[in-house]
Amino acid sequence: MSKNIILYAAILVFGITAPFIFPAFKVQLSILCVLIVLALTWNIQGGEMGYNTFGNILFYGLGMYLCASVQVGMFFPLAEWTESGGEKTFVHTPAQFFQGMAVGLVVAAVVPTIVAGLIGYAILGLRGHYFAICTLGLGVAAGEISGGIEIIGAGQGFTTPPFPDVGGLEARGEFFYLLSFVALVLTFITVRAIYSTRFKLILNAIRDNEDKAEAMGIQTMKYKIIGWMISAFFCGLAGGIMGGLVGYIDSTDVAFDGREMGVFMVLMAILGGKGTLWGPVIGATVFHIFKEGFWTFFLGWQYVALGVLIVVIVIYFPEGIMGWLREKYPERFGEVVDEADRKAQVELK
Amino acid sequence: MDFMVFQYPMISVQACLDGILLGILFALVAYGMALQWGVMNIINIAQGDLVILGGYIAYFMYLYGIHPAWGVIIAPIIMFFVGVGLYKLVINKVVDRDLFISILATFGISILFMQLMNFAFGADVVLANSGYGTTFLFDSAVVLPNSKIFSAFISILFAICLVVYMKKSKLGRAIRATAQNSRAAKILGVDTEKVYAATFGINAALCGVAGALISITFTIHPYMGLPYTIRSFMIVIVAGLGNLPGVALSGMGLGVFEEFADYILGTEFRIGAVFLLLVLILVYRRFKLSRKREYLK
Repeated sequence: MSKNIILYAAILVFGITAPFIFPAFKVQLSILCVLIVLALTWNIQGGEMGYNTFGNILFYGLGMYLCASVQVGMFFPLAEWTESGGEKTFVHTPAQFFQGMAVGLVVAAVVPTIVAGLIGYAILGLRGHYFAICTLGLGVAAGEISGGIEIIGAGQGFTTPPFPDVGGLEARGEFFYLLSFVALVLTFITVRAIYSTRFKLILNAIRDNEDKAEAMGIQTMKYKIIGWMISAFFCGLAGGIMGGLVGYIDSTDVAFDGREMGVFMVLMAILGGKGTLWGPVIGATVFHIFKEGFWTFFLGWQYVALGVLIVVIVIYFPEGIMGWLREKYPERFGEVVDEADRKAQVELK
Repeated sequence: MDFMVFQYPMISVQACLDGILLGILFALVAYGMALQWGVMNIINIAQGDLVILGGYIAYFMYLYGIHPAWGVIIAPIIMFFVGVGLYKLVINKVVDRDLFISILATFGISILFMQLMNFAFGADVVLANSGYGTTFLFDSAVVLPNSKIFSAFISILFAICLVVYMKKSKLGRAIRATAQNSRAAKILGVDTEKVYAATFGINAALCGVAGALISITFTIHPYMGLPYTIRSFMIVIVAGLGNLPGVALSGMGLGVFEEFADYILGTEFRIGAVFLLLVLILVYRRFKLSRKREYLK
């Protein structure tokens, strides 16, 4: 146990000091935090509950639009802001910016949670691949529809309020890094806490055999909806932060980007190992490093690489890094291994 | 919102006819989807991208001076081999696995195809001009391009050929046997691996025909694949597997729905309406099934 505390403390210290050690990578580190949040929340559905969703992007995009809209709408007319394409007609004072951001993030987290609760009963009743395709449709539909709504910028996009003139570019990077790191810590603590309760066991029971779980007297629908609402909360929060970080929201390319972010979160969780606590964190980190390397050196071919990567990971590496480690070093995971049995297995291979 | 479509009845007639002709094309793609879903138990997200690839084959023939209608014959031949190659490379590894694996793997293929087509053919919206002219009905109140009528006719022709082939030929019998029970078919000497490859090839060929026709009648673009996948998925779940008249009817219904959505909501919401309809159908289906379950109790 004490080893774990040292590990967590080390990560926390590293997380806080990272933007000062690597000042050039502040934005990348913030994006990494957001990606880890998304992978962790996807894992609640895909890994623990067995409901493979493509639809968490819905909450992410919703949070992004809501945060920016609230931030602008609190002080200026929203329609005129988007009409002018974010030109410097209106300027937020620093106080306005931070107030708007704070309220915006709360709204961005709470509203998707409510949405998840409302649609949960209808959507989560679907099983297996019907659920996967339905959530895929939901994400794309949200992107297409938000791309037609005039007040949030329609096809030309929505420029989020620029960071106020306090400390320049450095301060902007540090502010958003801090925000995303706090979101990451919050998510991790929450996820870790719920994974040590009965709630996780119920989710696993749903994954392993939902009908049996129901027959055992578990109200599966209730727990599925609660699980989805927890995901939606943090997805919305992550979306709100990402919107401010990117500075520009487009309906299909940034917010409801099923082709990028929607697949990334699935891929990261599977790469790290679904159904584990640390899997999504490791998967997201490895994926982000790989992605940035590829995006930088082979610009233009990134989607080709992404497509190949998806196929390779899904077919040849479905158990992920954690699953592979678990098979290799079962003792580290607290599993008792019979030596003779193991030798026999090695000989068989 | 624009309700002009209800004030002028001729616009409704136009929308219905357009929708039916379009729906027949959708039904052709959906038939391929039903085939592979029924036989191999995989859901192919890259279906729409195969359609678009078929469209580009016809478009290239048009660019090099061959009439694009010949694409209806060339595209399925090329696409058959593309399909078999795809099966040998990727699909054969996901056949026996969980359906989600196949969804995710074909999603990867879809992204790959999208981007490769974007590199190879550019990101412009293109159209192969067939030069077939137009037909005017009801004192020029309803305008139908002849290419649409041509494409509907060809789709029906291909569908009939395929049905006859599946009923009569040896391979068709093997495919149907594998769909019913792959283990039993294997025991009785059917080479299921070959059957799977052929099924995926036939599916790709159907996509090729549909794509060639779409490039003549409508427009194609590298990123337009996913809506076709979703449409065919929707048609298949409404009609059920192995119900060909149902596939044709629900395809036409979807076409008419889309045309009306286009008129009433505006073109920018057309794709959104299709995806929302998918969600609604699935949710409706879920409530219908859950009622049935309670009834059985």
